[in-house]
Amino acid sequence: MPGRIAVSNRAAAVWQTATLTEIRRETPHASTFRFAVPGWTGHLAGQHLMLRLRAEDGYVAQRHYSIASHPDDTGHVELTLDHVEGGEVSGWFHTVAEPGDTVEVRGPLSGFFAWPGDRPALLLGAGSGVVPLMSMLRQHRSRRLSVPLRLVVSARGPEELIYAREYGAETTTVFTRTAPEGVPVGRMAAAHVAPLLAEQPPGGWEAYVCGSNGFAEHASRLLVEAGQPVDRIRIERFG
Amino acid sequence: MHVTRGFTGRPRVPDAGLPPGQYDAGDDWPVLSAEVTPDLAPADWTFRVDGLVEEPRTWNWTQAHELPASAYEGDIHCVTSWSKFGVRFGGVSLDAFLDVVRPHVSATHVVAYSHTGYTTNLPLSDVTGGRAWIAWEYDGNPLPAEHGGPARLLVPHLYFWKSAKWIAGLRLLDHDEPGFWEQNGYHARGNPWEEQRYTGD
Repeated sequence: MPGRIAVSNRAAAVWQTATLTEIRRETPHASTFRFAVPGWTGHLAGQHLMLRLRAEDGYVAQRHYSIASHPDDTGHVELTLDHVEGGEVSGWFHTVAEPGDTVEVRGPLSGFFAWPGDRPALLLGAGSGVVPLMSMLRQHRSRRLSVPLRLVVSARGPEELIYAREYGAETTTVFTRTAPEGVPVGRMAAAHVAPLLAEQPPGGWEAYVCGSNGFAEHASRLLVEAGQPVDRIRIERFG
Repeated sequence: MHVTRGFTGRPRVPDAGLPPGQYDAGDDWPVLSAEVTPDLAPADWTFRVDGLVEEPRTWNWTQAHELPASAYEGDIHCVTSWSKFGVRFGGVSLDAFLDVVRPHVSATHVVAYSHTGYTTNLPLSDVTGGRAWIAWEYDGNPLPAEHGGPARLLVPHLYFWKSAKWIAGLRLLDHDEPGFWEQNGYHARGNPWEEQRYTGD
């Protein structure tokens, strides 16, 4: 099991008001929600927060969400949420929420899936599992880090690929159902992962896997089969 | 706490079995382990109890199954907010293992550890008195690997990160020693009825 990454847990105990400032559509089923959180003490790429909504009768719904924005976006956080069928929280975000609305958040939470930017990072994500990995990629760019970073991202098709315009040479995209002409369709495979492990940076990769449980099981097995040590694979599964 | 404009939420179904801040996951049983699911066969599984005990002991799969069978039927609660009602686990009560090793009176806490290296800490009083199990069956079938099979710890009255998957042993201590998630900001005890999710709750 991978070691812990030391993080401050002081801010995690306090609920703060977050004001929605912007909504950006990413795909037909996912949008990015930008919040101003004046008291936000910052986070590490890959961390998550807890968010809660409250109805007039006092009913509360709370969920964990990965943070999409990079850590240097002072006083702001961005979340990218799928519209989950029947989801009371994601349903509110996708059908009711407007800039100016306020919700409550606490965090950042958990240091396990965090990337401080100090070691080579190999990132595998599927669907909205790419969200915490994008925080890492954005940090890598904004701080012009020289440590190697590679991302393999899987989506059902080009129109379902979140952050499609932001990927660069560090990213390999995999389409599982439909793809542009000339691009193969299929699941993430050894052919995508093994070459990255064959040309390891000095000291090797820290691997981060995020997605559904089915994807996480599959992708982590690909990593192990390609030679990545199990104690250097960090996994975040939806749920 | 302020009201969220336009938020109504799910239909209210009063349920005395639902701890604060939790929702009913229905038939879903999300998998949330943060590590690679190990390839662990029952023949390779062992369970050890040591530390502050009279007689440290290791059981293999066959020996553990010779202890009296015990089942849990009830609810489980995950810190990520889902609860699952009416689950059935089969295995052996942890009391049966502890009766064999005989804890010292000085023992107050345990660290449970997995074959993967995962750890979690619990007060000894939370794993005795018929409140904890080593479970290898779910709903009458072998416990699937992604849910901790071949065998996991089961402490259903606490948040489920305390129920260590792929359980390898318990070490009895005279002090509390934070485990994996507890070092990562989660609560030392994790009682869902008091909503002890994070340090300081």
